Amino acid sequence: MAEGSGPALDARPHDCPGTGSDEAGKADACQGCPNQGLCSSGQLAGPDPALEEIKEKMKTVKHKLLVLSGKGGVGKSTFTALLAHGLAEDETTQIAVLDADICGPSMPKIMGLEGEQVHQSGSGWSPVYVEENLGVMSVGFLLSSPDDAVIWRGPKKNGMIKQFLRDVDWGEIDYLIVDTPPGTSDEHLSVVQFLSSARIDGAVIITTPQEVALQDVRKEINFCHKVKLPVIGVVENMSGFVCPKCKKESQIFPPTTGGAEMMCRTLNVPLLGKVPLDPQIGRSCDIGHSFLSEAPNSPATLSYRNIIQRIQDYCNQNSPQEEKTI
Amino acid sequence: MEKVEEEKGNLAGVQHIILVLSGKGGVGKSTISTELALALRHAGKKVGILDVDLCGPSIPRMLNVQDRDVHQCDNGWVPVFVDKDKSIALMSIGFLLEKPDDAVVWRGPKKNALIKQFITDVTWGELDFLIVDTPPGTSDEHISTVESLRPFKPLGAVVVTTPQAVAVGDVRRELTFCKKTGLRVLGVVENMSGFVCPHCSECTNLFSKGGGQELAKHAGVPFLGCVPLDPQLTQSLEEGRDFLQEFPKSLAFSALADIAQHLLAEASICSS
Ligand SMILES: Nc1ncnc2c1ncn2[C@@H]1O[C@H](COP(=O)(O)OP(=O)(O)O)[C@@H](O)[C@H]1O
Ligand SMILES: [Mg+2]
Ligand SMILES: [Zn+2]
Repeated sequence: MAEGSGPALDARPHDCPGTGSDEAGKADACQGCPNQGLCSSGQLAGPDPALEEIKEKMKTVKHKLLVLSGKGGVGKSTFTALLAHGLAEDETTQIAVLDADICGPSMPKIMGLEGEQVHQSGSGWSPVYVEENLGVMSVGFLLSSPDDAVIWRGPKKNGMIKQFLRDVDWGEIDYLIVDTPPGTSDEHLSVVQFLSSARIDGAVIITTPQEVALQDVRKEINFCHKVKLPVIGVVENMSGFVCPKCKKESQIFPPTTGGAEMMCRTLNVPLLGKVPLDPQIGRSCDIGHSFLSEAPNSPATLSYRNIIQRIQDYCNQNSPQEEKTI
Repeated sequence: MEKVEEEKGNLAGVQHIILVLSGKGGVGKSTISTELALALRHAGKKVGILDVDLCGPSIPRMLNVQDRDVHQCDNGWVPVFVDKDKSIALMSIGFLLEKPDDAVVWRGPKKNALIKQFITDVTWGELDFLIVDTPPGTSDEHISTVESLRPFKPLGAVVVTTPQAVAVGDVRRELTFCKKTGLRVLGVVENMSGFVCPHCSECTNLFSKGGGQELAKHAGVPFLGCVPLDPQLTQSLEEGRDFLQEFPKSLAFSALADIAQHLLAEASICSS
């Protein structure tokens, strides 16, 4: 107990026991938390009824994947989009993408859906479709102009995520892929908590090779352990760049501490693959095309396909058990 | 009016506050924050850096002080001084973690409380500039930072983007955030524009080009320049070395120096 050690250093991060816990508002970690009063009042006790509704909704969704990274700008959304495109090449597979990046939604642009709006149907919001078997939901579809900023604090973002999971008419889905913002905060906790009763297959973690990115990714992996989210594996993006002129490779973000490979070995998580930096990936994303079909033979595409296959294999082995009736 | 001085508390000796923002992560906010601090120091200024990226603090490593601790004194937290001359002071949540890989899994309210403490409780002393590095987005950290800094009249914000449209989209929203919160935009920096092949010197625009300039024009704010992607810069930051001192001939150096000059000029207009 760090009692009496002066107020300031009590800001050391601790674990929030969660609003549903008996410890809510009473644990060590609650000292100094602005929510302490609310939590300890017991008003928040009892599960959120939305959890049941989300569980019901998710019954028609076979696999749920999260795409995470500690660091921003490492290629999460790009990977999410290509994973979705790759899986959707099989026309019998139904894919849904949920953009949980509330303040920086990039799915509409990357999927070539900018300017689209969601429609309200009898059974909820309907996603926007890229192809018949590939639907997308993003806060971007709810904004009236690309300049609109979503200046929201946590609770409002959490409400939006709840709505996305509960009120979107996803239909029968094989894969729900959730793209997240960088970090380990409201959006991440919410997605995990709201989906907790519906079972998430696992998380794919994206990084770039340099230590500045890896140090954030280690935090993200610790987050997964904390919330008991299985880590399917790590993808190292932008590992090496082949000069279009002399064809020699350079390291744009040098792996000064051994890159993702070393990190994965140390933390004992699978490395799903490495994707080189190919300027065409960015260009395809900017105009909302699938890089996989635009550059079918590029090393980056081959690497992406390998990774997608490994994720699919993981999910198949990890298929949901028959619902047990008690 | 005397009261105002008093209320400034620990920020009373701070001349100019600059926020470094971007809607997008990984575009180089912390890099630009770090290099600007170093550039201002080279210009003889005393600089503080406040790292409010609570989930992904990168500056301690970029300045090679990741193993240091903050201490408490009667007036609050003593920041970590990066050099003997105490010309750069840094406060970051990185210094409060027991293990460097600890994840700060906090929801908004807790982050807001710490940010308020960061703004009122760090004993900066006399500073010419306080640079505030932020996480990506337009949410809790940003609202809290801007609200808590408002009484201290920040000089403005440097908005960082990379050239590709996907990043520019997020940064457009960040500019709207500045407008809505009444934060002046000092200008837009386009980072990672162009990579010069170390083998044949061919310049490739890895993330396309020109997005930053276009954005600045569209928003009617100054464009501060392009910082090329330079693996030597990444390397320097990984090892916490002073890039500006080591590579004064690089293109990235001149771009960063120009931005620092611009800020110095803004600051002197503001003080006179
Ligand atoms: N102009 C540049 N040249 C080379 N590397 C860069 C450049 N700008 C940023 N980087 C590298 O890119 C990565 C992300 O930068 P960072 O400043 O941490 O982004 P942010 O703070 O926006 O998340 C870091 O590893 C950094 O060293
Ligand atoms: Mg940063
Ligand atoms: Zn070359």
